[in-house]
Amino acid sequence: MKKTITLTLNGDARSVDVETTETLLAVLRNKLGVKSPKCGCDQGECGACTVLLNGKSVRSCLIFSVEVDGQEVVTLEGLSHNGPTPLQQAFIDRSAFQCGYCAPGVILSATELLTVNPHPTQTEVQEAIAGNLCRCTGYESLIEAILAASRE
Amino acid sequence: MAVAREFEYFRPETLEHSISLLGEYGENARVLAGGTDMALKIKQGVETPKAVVDIKGISELERLESTDNGLHLGALVTFSQVMASGLVAANFPLLRDAAATVGSVGIRNRATLVGSLCSAVPSLDIGPALLVHEAVVLTRSAGGTRKTGINKWFTGPKQCALEPGELVTGIVVPLPPGKAGGCYVKRGRYAGKDPAQAGVGILAMEKNDYRVAFCAVGPVAKRAPSIETCLHGQELTDPLIKAAQALVPQEISPITDIRASKAYRTLIIKVMLERGLKTAVSRLKGKPSAHGAIWI
Repeated sequence: MKKTITLTLNGDARSVDVETTETLLAVLRNKLGVKSPKCGCDQGECGACTVLLNGKSVRSCLIFSVEVDGQEVVTLEGLSHNGPTPLQQAFIDRSAFQCGYCAPGVILSATELLTVNPHPTQTEVQEAIAGNLCRCTGYESLIEAILAASRE
Repeated sequence: MAVAREFEYFRPETLEHSISLLGEYGENARVLAGGTDMALKIKQGVETPKAVVDIKGISELERLESTDNGLHLGALVTFSQVMASGLVAANFPLLRDAAATVGSVGIRNRATLVGSLCSAVPSLDIGPALLVHEAVVLTRSAGGTRKTGINKWFTGPKQCALEPGELVTGIVVPLPPGKAGGCYVKRGRYAGKDPAQAGVGILAMEKNDYRVAFCAVGPVAKRAPSIETCLHGQELTDPLIKAAQALVPQEISPITDIRASKAYRTLIIKVMLERGLKTAVSRLKGKPSAHGAIWI
């Protein structure tokens, strides 16, 4: 069944025709040209498809696109309208990512964390990104970069 | 992942409309709230509804508030909201601690407690906490409203007392009769998205009254009446704990699966019972350092 949805995507009003069965992840990548959310496990385990929905990190592979009609979605692309955020810069400065597949999800989860808790402990950082699997297992550098950004 | 079968999507804005849709489609309708479980089941073809009724437009289901005798959690209340609620932290810390062990932030931001009750997996972390608080599940259908005690809610693995055409509108969690100390002990590999291999929820109350419930060690999450009777009225001592542990095998029926063996679950749950009881009692007595769930 086709439906037209309207959403605010990275600050812009967008309208798109979707099938009710299409996930938000599929619509973002295949119809709206936003490629940062990745399809990893496609079942909500890995966090590679993380986006911010109304400011909260969610799994875009577990949401049907029709559910976000009228709502606000922010992907990695929406964070850096004015250049990298301090958090992103902390990752760049430390070359904190290896392959980068988990990067959009990690950055968005950490962005949400620093918004609600600007000075987290290491345990809080670990808890915040516990749902973002890094297949390179480079967790230490991720945690260090997030802590560094929180100190700036 | 392509969804194998088409469905019609509805987003009613009133409870009445959602109930009439569920009545109309009956067994062919599924309710969608957070979707962390339901959306996956639909994608995998485990559920093949003709109608998906998204209840997120019904604002009255967002209620998280205190009532005369406890706490009302509407069907749209997420695990993250329970964790952030001052009301829950002040009066139902066990609920908050158990909620914090569910999945990860990205799941908890979306997943609802009521959804978890409807999925009714044997390992649901929120099960023991709601069981020891003697929560009541509120449902509504075209025929009217119904209240079901949580102890009668789970009817089998992934099965519950929800009937076709019915919507769970919320949960009422009564306040314990007096002062209480709670503890949820979870056995999982790591904190973040790992389902419980075994779980124990304890509520220790005044006059040496104890409530004990298990998850992931049987087909449904359940209270342990023989253990509660054994403990009742007694100071918690090592011999008493040993006596309670001896009753564990008759209260559980664990299976061997990909996460743990039957033998391991039977063994570890006794250790978890001991730690949970000791912690709950120390919290009842107001030991300051103790808070949060125990992961082992």
